[in-house]
Amino acid sequence: MVNSILILSFMAVISGFFILQHVKKKAIHSYWHSLPAYYAWFAMIWMTVPALCLFFFSSTLHLLHLYDVSTSFLIPSTILLTLWGTWQGLKQIKPETKAREGVEKVIRVSLVLAASISILTTIGIVLAIIFEAMQFFHIVSVWDFLTGTHWAPDDATEGNTQGMFGSIPIFAGTFMITIIAMCVAVPIGILSAVYMSEYASEKVRNTAKPALEILAGVPTVVYGFFAAITVSPLIVKFAEAVGLHADYTNALTPGLVMGIMIIPFISSLSDDVIRAVPRSLRDGSLALGTTMSETIIRIVLPAALPGIIAACLLGISRALGETMIVVMAAGLRPNLTWNPLEGMTTVTVRIVDALTGDQAFDSPETLSAFGLGLVLLVITLMLNVLSIYVIRRFRSQYE
Amino acid sequence: MSKQVSDNMQINKRLRKRYRREKAFKGSAILALTLAAVFLVFFFYNIINQGYSALAQAQILVEVHYNEASQKSYRKAIDKSYRKIVSRGWLRTLPLYMEDHPEVMNTTRHEWVVATADVDQYLKNKPNRLKDKQKRQIDKLQEEGKVQLNFNTNFFTNGDSKMAELAGIKSALVGSIYVLIVTLLVALPIGVMTAVYLEEFAPDNRLTQIIEVNINNLAAIPSILFGLLGLAIFINFFGVPRSSSLVGGLTLALMTLPVIIITTRAALRAVPHTIREAAYGLGASRWQTVWHHTLPLALPGILTGSIIGLAQAMGETAPLLIIGMMAYIPDTPSGFTEVATVLPAQIFTWAGESIRAYEERTAAAILVLLSLLLSMNSLAVWLRKRFETRW
Repeated sequence: MVNSILILSFMAVISGFFILQHVKKKAIHSYWHSLPAYYAWFAMIWMTVPALCLFFFSSTLHLLHLYDVSTSFLIPSTILLTLWGTWQGLKQIKPETKAREGVEKVIRVSLVLAASISILTTIGIVLAIIFEAMQFFHIVSVWDFLTGTHWAPDDATEGNTQGMFGSIPIFAGTFMITIIAMCVAVPIGILSAVYMSEYASEKVRNTAKPALEILAGVPTVVYGFFAAITVSPLIVKFAEAVGLHADYTNALTPGLVMGIMIIPFISSLSDDVIRAVPRSLRDGSLALGTTMSETIIRIVLPAALPGIIAACLLGISRALGETMIVVMAAGLRPNLTWNPLEGMTTVTVRIVDALTGDQAFDSPETLSAFGLGLVLLVITLMLNVLSIYVIRRFRSQYE
Repeated sequence: MSKQVSDNMQINKRLRKRYRREKAFKGSAILALTLAAVFLVFFFYNIINQGYSALAQAQILVEVHYNEASQKSYRKAIDKSYRKIVSRGWLRTLPLYMEDHPEVMNTTRHEWVVATADVDQYLKNKPNRLKDKQKRQIDKLQEEGKVQLNFNTNFFTNGDSKMAELAGIKSALVGSIYVLIVTLLVALPIGVMTAVYLEEFAPDNRLTQIIEVNINNLAAIPSILFGLLGLAIFINFFGVPRSSSLVGGLTLALMTLPVIIITTRAALRAVPHTIREAAYGLGASRWQTVWHHTLPLALPGILTGSIIGLAQAMGETAPLLIIGMMAYIPDTPSGFTEVATVLPAQIFTWAGESIRAYEERTAAAILVLLSLLLSMNSLAVWLRKRFETRW
């Protein structure tokens, strides 16, 4: 199929070239509506598009398992369609045809099609997750899933899933790690943003900002390696030094490293909103004799607060969905505890674990990944909508 | 009079307090930035410190006997005392080598061959599982100059291996390139077309608004959920081969799409309106204006955004784990539908190995990945600086 499309396009390009020469020659002597190239494109579209539509249509039928179009029908009908399209196209190569309008209409349609792919992706994600999650919630009731405190998919067998899929310990771990991460990222992120936008000279700013952006560009798998190999043993040693016991898969390690990963997000978004606060507000406050810190704390930060909150919300949604750091440094065992030095697991860890094991695709454990994914999707979308709402309110204040 | 003095004193006292607070606040802001910087330095120092040693590999000078006996049983190619310290992976390739090179038959040659990972780690003063007897043997060989650390070419020319001393990143690197090609071919045209439609053509209606909200949401969805999409839609529904660079590239393309759309829109918006109006004034159609004027002027911005998006896709791991691109793949893929692995996934699998010799290789692979990403990002910055037009 790929080959035939290539052959078809090759033929179309060659004939398009000939049509171009033909129209160029003719157009010297008479008035043609469009530039010669548009006639060439016009004919090329007529030659290829009908056959491509047929290809697309038959493969859609095939994928939806509705009807298999046999090759013995497909090949002659493609050739016929191409010939018909060619004839139609060539027939219309005459001065009064509005070739440019036709070509631009096709371009416009393809632009709309491209734009709708982003919608299709979202619909695809939502449908794919909901469809599989539905199967999961046939086996396990939603109530048990959301309120159970015991997660043991390995013990679950066909027909006996009662009380094996309680997701509270998993979400507890997720929120614990997210909270630790935000405890690191929010103060450091906001304070560095304040320093960069209010105190620092242009030179310091121009080095600090790109340096922080390097932190944002480091792949998460690298942070995961760093957390597992370097940070985790350090924390275990430190805990022993103060007389505590820490697991190697403690929740503190991924939390700290994730917090460092999120610093640049919060600092660069906060930096933008702090700089958007009008100069006159600062000047007015400073003219009353306040110190810089008083101006910042009482005037600038409250004015920038909605933007900063939005930045923190985006940071939280990043932390919730972050995968590699927790897969490599957090534990696998669901654990309901307040102690960050114990091993805990997260939603994303369980998703990866369920889908990279050797279970059958329709086993309850594999399907549970989609149930967890659905909850994760809902939470992140809600956080995103909330942050957009907060930012909108901020905008209406100063613009 | 005395009241004024006491007032002044109180004011001064309060002023001093306020100045102290100012200092403390400024100090904590500086501290925050310094903490981030210290972390950055420590992080890079740590990775480089762990990884640079993988660029060297222990090699041993041994007598290799090429003859009938060693063709039948490759262990006989070297003296018994060397069998525990020379890589078995290399020994296994000998019979095939003899078949391909008949001229070496019945000769004995002195050759530098790859030592086992444990010898390698011993020479680098790292934890290893060598017995005391072997350690003494290595020490003696080292005195005679028959053991040394050479540049580790295997790391760049081999694929993954179960034997740490032979494991390399070539197959993962090639896989990454394949995946990036698919991502680029899918995401760049669709992303640019979407952005052009939204910026230049779209009427302000319901559909446009839905698309805009969608793109914002898409940018916020955790990457792992794109993996679920790839698994459920591309693999289970469309039947794209699992673990192939095609399905990896398609999944990452959908993830990169919002980045490309958002940066392209920003680049298009930066082109001043007067240029469009001038084109319209000369009778150009909307599409002609876009194709002849707006797009070429926005091109540097579009390229910068696409490179940054691709760099992001190149470092992404989570969705690729879900679609099975973390399997043990020693062979270099030679097509888009073959099983492949990518550099970050290779890093992930090596990080999970229990053998210590993989640790430095993981760090070295990270160094390769980071330097690739850094050069992509510098290219983007350079492009922006070089071709940026100020209106």
